[in-house]
Amino acid sequence: MKKNKTIWEALLQSRFTDIFISIVLGFIVGAVFLVIMNIPIGKAYGKLFSSITSLKGFSYVVVYAVPYIVVGLSVAFSFRTGVFNIGAEGQFVVGSMAAACTGILLPNIPKPVLIPLCFLAAMAAGAVWGIIVGILKTKRGINEVLSMIMFNWVAFYLSNFIAGRPGIKNDGSAEATKNISENARTLLSADFIKEHGLCNTANWGILVAIAMMVIVWFVIEKTTLGYQLKAVGFNKYAAEYAGINVNGNILTALAISGALSGLGGALQLMGMGGRISIFSSQEGFGFAGIVVALIGCSNPFGVLIAGLFYGALTYGGSKLNLVGTPTQLISVIIGTIVFFISISVIFSTLRNPVNRKNASNLRTPTSQTRKE
Amino acid sequence: MKKFLALAMALCMVFSLCAVASADDTIKIGMVTDVGGVNDKSFNQTSWEGLKALAEEDPSFEVTYLESKTDADYQTNISTFLDEEYDLIICVGYMLADATREAALANPEQKFAIIDDATNADLDNVACLMFAQEQASYLVGLVAGYVTETKTVGYVQGMVSDSMNLFGIGYITGVLEACPEATILQYNANNFGDIAGGSAAAKDMITNGADVIYHAAGGTGNGVISTCDESGIWAIGVDTDQSILAPDHVITSAMKRVDIASQDISKAVKDGSFKGGVYTYDLNNAGVDLAPTRDHIPADVLEKVEAAKAAVIDGTIVVPTTVAECPAFTLAE
Repeated sequence: MKKNKTIWEALLQSRFTDIFISIVLGFIVGAVFLVIMNIPIGKAYGKLFSSITSLKGFSYVVVYAVPYIVVGLSVAFSFRTGVFNIGAEGQFVVGSMAAACTGILLPNIPKPVLIPLCFLAAMAAGAVWGIIVGILKTKRGINEVLSMIMFNWVAFYLSNFIAGRPGIKNDGSAEATKNISENARTLLSADFIKEHGLCNTANWGILVAIAMMVIVWFVIEKTTLGYQLKAVGFNKYAAEYAGINVNGNILTALAISGALSGLGGALQLMGMGGRISIFSSQEGFGFAGIVVALIGCSNPFGVLIAGLFYGALTYGGSKLNLVGTPTQLISVIIGTIVFFISISVIFSTLRNPVNRKNASNLRTPTSQTRKE
Repeated sequence: MKKFLALAMALCMVFSLCAVASADDTIKIGMVTDVGGVNDKSFNQTSWEGLKALAEEDPSFEVTYLESKTDADYQTNISTFLDEEYDLIICVGYMLADATREAALANPEQKFAIIDDATNADLDNVACLMFAQEQASYLVGLVAGYVTETKTVGYVQGMVSDSMNLFGIGYITGVLEACPEATILQYNANNFGDIAGGSAAAKDMITNGADVIYHAAGGTGNGVISTCDESGIWAIGVDTDQSILAPDHVITSAMKRVDIASQDISKAVKDGSFKGGVYTYDLNNAGVDLAPTRDHIPADVLEKVEAAKAAVIDGTIVVPTTVAECPAFTLAE
């Protein structure tokens, strides 16, 4: 038993090493593009790092990271339970719209009631969005990836529709909803922000994200429910044979995953935006969540770190234009990292040919279920 | 491998120590785009090109832009320019009105300019750059009314709001003046980025006999123009000279000289004449106009349009600005 554990630990470590190598390669490829564009590497990367090391910069990173972490947890949870939640984008959108409606239509409820109410509304909306897809999958056998991608667009247009309704739409000329009630904002007090030199939108959403990380870890690793969900994810036929209700568990997995994405939407709205604009294109939080889950190797703690990393790249990257570097560099770096993570089995094979078989068994659960 | 990585990381850290210094006598102009991004083939792009041209002409200007990907980025981007102590922050588009107001109130010494928004006109440190879009739309409406053979023209609007309605009001006034019996098909796309929706609306209008379609709908309008191009009817562009999108079928465009406006306000910061309030760009100061590409407009039509333009400038024609004055405009209901 003890021996097994050390091997498992060693493999886990090597997984993190793979990710680390992928990240470094991402930056190296980014540097190649910088050289091609004739931009000094130090200037661009210097700006990227220096803008996140100040207290204010770091507070921005944390604020940006919150939705990425929570949506990352949502996708990671789905990976661990054998469904691929590519619908996080739509769940995020309906979640944030549900929170916005709550925050706009019930402005006079005191803060300690309204904030949890917004969270609950968002989680319920996200869960419903996940469950609909789940029902289509379990009752009619429709592939969840297809219906989720379509549901992302349904959510997109639904959100635009609601944002344009009287009572929700901004009173001014802006194509956005009204600002949500101050009572629904998770912002830290203005004095505290000023005193500590944090960013204007510093909020305590990160605490919710950390709490969610612990809860997700606990559910997956320490509960019967988590065991059943994982069993269904690994091999649903075996799970069924063992007497586990497969369809029920798929629905539960999608509902929990959807609720997390919806919560991510609420945290983003209540912490940062304060309103939802009428979208002209998808904002991409759901897809960012997939990247975060991949970088965090579907491990709740890994997702937390990966979310912060993604937040840092997004915020630091937004400043690259100041030194004459296109912000698209960030997309190149992230794209490269994801690419190398997807083929990262190569790294461990190169390092450790003996463990090839074991190593490939520890890859993301999705690839594993497909194999089976 | 490990040594190489260590070396790479060490290099990154060394480079990150290099600070970027800038000279004191430069005027730093920062532009924040809305979510359309800097290559939107519309006002973000035009403003940026105006600023770039200014910086090339006069090296004492240093110009930079930051792109906003979501609604929540406006505040962050403005704050970035504040931290970097830019002399002027230009916010492109009325979507940034609230974020600009918040930042302008918190930083009364910082100069701001905002395009297409007048809600911040009460602040001393915000210059509101407004365009008489109804005047430019009126001129293209005349063109449409004179060139239509089916007596049916189309109009696609991106969103119903007081400032967007001005496009429709001006256009319809122009069309009806040139061709009083014309049928005007109107459509509100409720979206500035829906190319497929714009295309579908244009097809519908063409089926119903339209042979000229004007759009005031940003990216949605790109769908309108490409459909007109495929169907061989005239399209009318907006904001910039859009004839590059379909050189054979964009007859004209209602131009807003956002580039001139952003250059003017930058120069005002340099010579110290900057003040808050509304700056209106209209036909009078060439802030709006027909696009310079006029090859497709018949000479007699152009003559009549130029006459109307002169009449607007000297005040004999006043283009309406309210829905009440233009009952044929139906989208506002």
